[in-house]
Amino acid sequence: MNGAVFQKTIGHIRAIDDVSFSLDEGKTFGLVGESGCGKSTVAKVILQLEKATAGKILFRGKDMATFTRDDQKAYHSAVQAVFQDPTSSLNPRMRVCDIIAEPLIINHKVTSAQVKEQVALVLDKVGISSQRANCFPHEFSGGQRQRIAMARALTVQPNLIVMDEPISALDVSIQAQIMNLLRDLQEELNIAYLFIAHDLATVKYMSHQLGVMYLGKLLEHGPAEQVIRRRLHPYTQALFAAAMPSHPDLIKDEVVLTGEVPSAFNPPSGCRFHPRCTRAMAVCSETEPELKEIDSQYNVACHLY
Amino acid sequence: MDELLRVKNLKTHFFTKYGVVKAVDGVSFSLNKGETFGIVGESGCGKSITALSILRLIQEPPGRIVDGEIFLEGQDLLKLDKKQMRRVRGKKISMILQDPLSSLNPVFTIGSQLIEAIRIENHTKPSGYWEKARKLLEMVQIPSPAVRLKNWPHQLSGGMRQRIVGAISLASKPQLLIADEPTTALDATIQVQFLRLLRELQEKTQVGLIIITHDFGIIARMCQRAAVMYAGKIVEIGPVKELFDRPAHPYTAGLMRSLPKLEETVERLVSIPGQPPPLDVEIKGCGFYDRCDVGLELCANKKPPVVNINPGHEVRCWNTQRIEKGSKGCQ
Repeated sequence: MNGAVFQKTIGHIRAIDDVSFSLDEGKTFGLVGESGCGKSTVAKVILQLEKATAGKILFRGKDMATFTRDDQKAYHSAVQAVFQDPTSSLNPRMRVCDIIAEPLIINHKVTSAQVKEQVALVLDKVGISSQRANCFPHEFSGGQRQRIAMARALTVQPNLIVMDEPISALDVSIQAQIMNLLRDLQEELNIAYLFIAHDLATVKYMSHQLGVMYLGKLLEHGPAEQVIRRRLHPYTQALFAAAMPSHPDLIKDEVVLTGEVPSAFNPPSGCRFHPRCTRAMAVCSETEPELKEIDSQYNVACHLY
Repeated sequence: MDELLRVKNLKTHFFTKYGVVKAVDGVSFSLNKGETFGIVGESGCGKSITALSILRLIQEPPGRIVDGEIFLEGQDLLKLDKKQMRRVRGKKISMILQDPLSSLNPVFTIGSQLIEAIRIENHTKPSGYWEKARKLLEMVQIPSPAVRLKNWPHQLSGGMRQRIVGAISLASKPQLLIADEPTTALDATIQVQFLRLLRELQEKTQVGLIIITHDFGIIARMCQRAAVMYAGKIVEIGPVKELFDRPAHPYTAGLMRSLPKLEETVERLVSIPGQPPPLDVEIKGCGFYDRCDVGLELCANKKPPVVNINPGHEVRCWNTQRIEKGSKGCQ
């Protein structure tokens, strides 16, 4: 999937402003940022749950705005979603087999035999016994429900699954199970993921590419390993510094960001991060920095570079 | 006496029409003055009910503290009558909860909620309430405190609200502060600000701090000692460094292996199979047995005892042969 510049204006809030990145086939793009940064809005625009105000979304090179009816239909199968809360994302009054079959039935002409076969197949892939296909969501645990949500996404053989905090509502001992499952499925089925999360360690484990957002802006993005190692943008540094240590000996003397995230109604002039930035210069309050490619596939929006 | 709190064999059960839920089933630990103690575990392990039991805030029915002793500076709280307990709750022991929006009354100003807590302390004259409230906001680093006193909770951000909740909890100068998932609702950069503040306040007031969380990172950052809870019991307790370096219980070790870490790269995380047990089912033997990779037949049938591994480090397990003193736990 190739994305280009896009914006979304909700009333007077520019929820996402000048966000550009590309997502490669079969790879995971991790998107991090704190509340209000716009990462969920990015997900919604890609899922066509919101409309972009400006800019383009290119799917396999084709501009979403110029989709024909056939293109649109194909897109519905090609792009699926898994959401944060496995309880509210499954209809409590539908049996699991029906929940999983729904996208298939809506998007394709299939016989009931084909549906049954596909449901059993995807349940098996996510590690749920097909004997339980007739059960209701409440009969499963949180982790199992999230597997069911994944099975539902897989039924139509998508190319891209958009996941907004897919594991943060799950118990810690289950999170690793689900992350491993996601990785295995990606390798087996060559599915790309847009993986939105707030936990950096999780995003690091899952992502090939990593993007950092703040107040509607994409500040830095590139190969995950590089972004984690280089952390060029001061906000990226602060975000990593704010992460909890994985061992008591690894407590660092962190750069604690002062203040709060400003209101999206009235973002700061120039670079949106400049009021909280320890390295802000005069130009930062005047001009908004552009997202520039400073290295192969590595982009930063900061006047320091 | 340096010891502030001692919980002995606490049992809090819930009597429902579907059966008895043994939410807390024999929990024992202690806390010294000025110390930070962590209780870590996943949802349903009993950590929050433990905290509510200490404050005797268990809704009865269906819940009841059925056994145990809770000594606060040598006095058993479970032997106090309602009036005496009211003098302890909110004054000697304070609590911070997860969601600052529901902790603050939306129809009262910040100032009046702070004053409500200041009045409990009994040392400030009414004429000094407003100034004391302002000073409390200063203590938790709220900018323009005099203005904030007149604000309503909805006018402030989550991070600020949580700091105000912190101020309210410390207004009565408690000896013990219990924080139940205090930063789960906060963004990462706000979380670290708040934890740093909590640490500074503790150093200043020497309040004993119990942090309840599911996040081992917070334990690593904030606590000297911690207890790992599973299915209503403490399965391991000890110095935090020991828990990380030499986890003695298979559950602790399993969690350590399954958590992604920023500081290292692993090819694949090793997850714990299965899921936590339902709480209303009577478990014969060890509650972790069906997920354990070093389980013995004995574990399935008899409840494991608490074994001392090292000074201050205990584990609830039958299979402690595999742990030698100083070895790397059960890897």
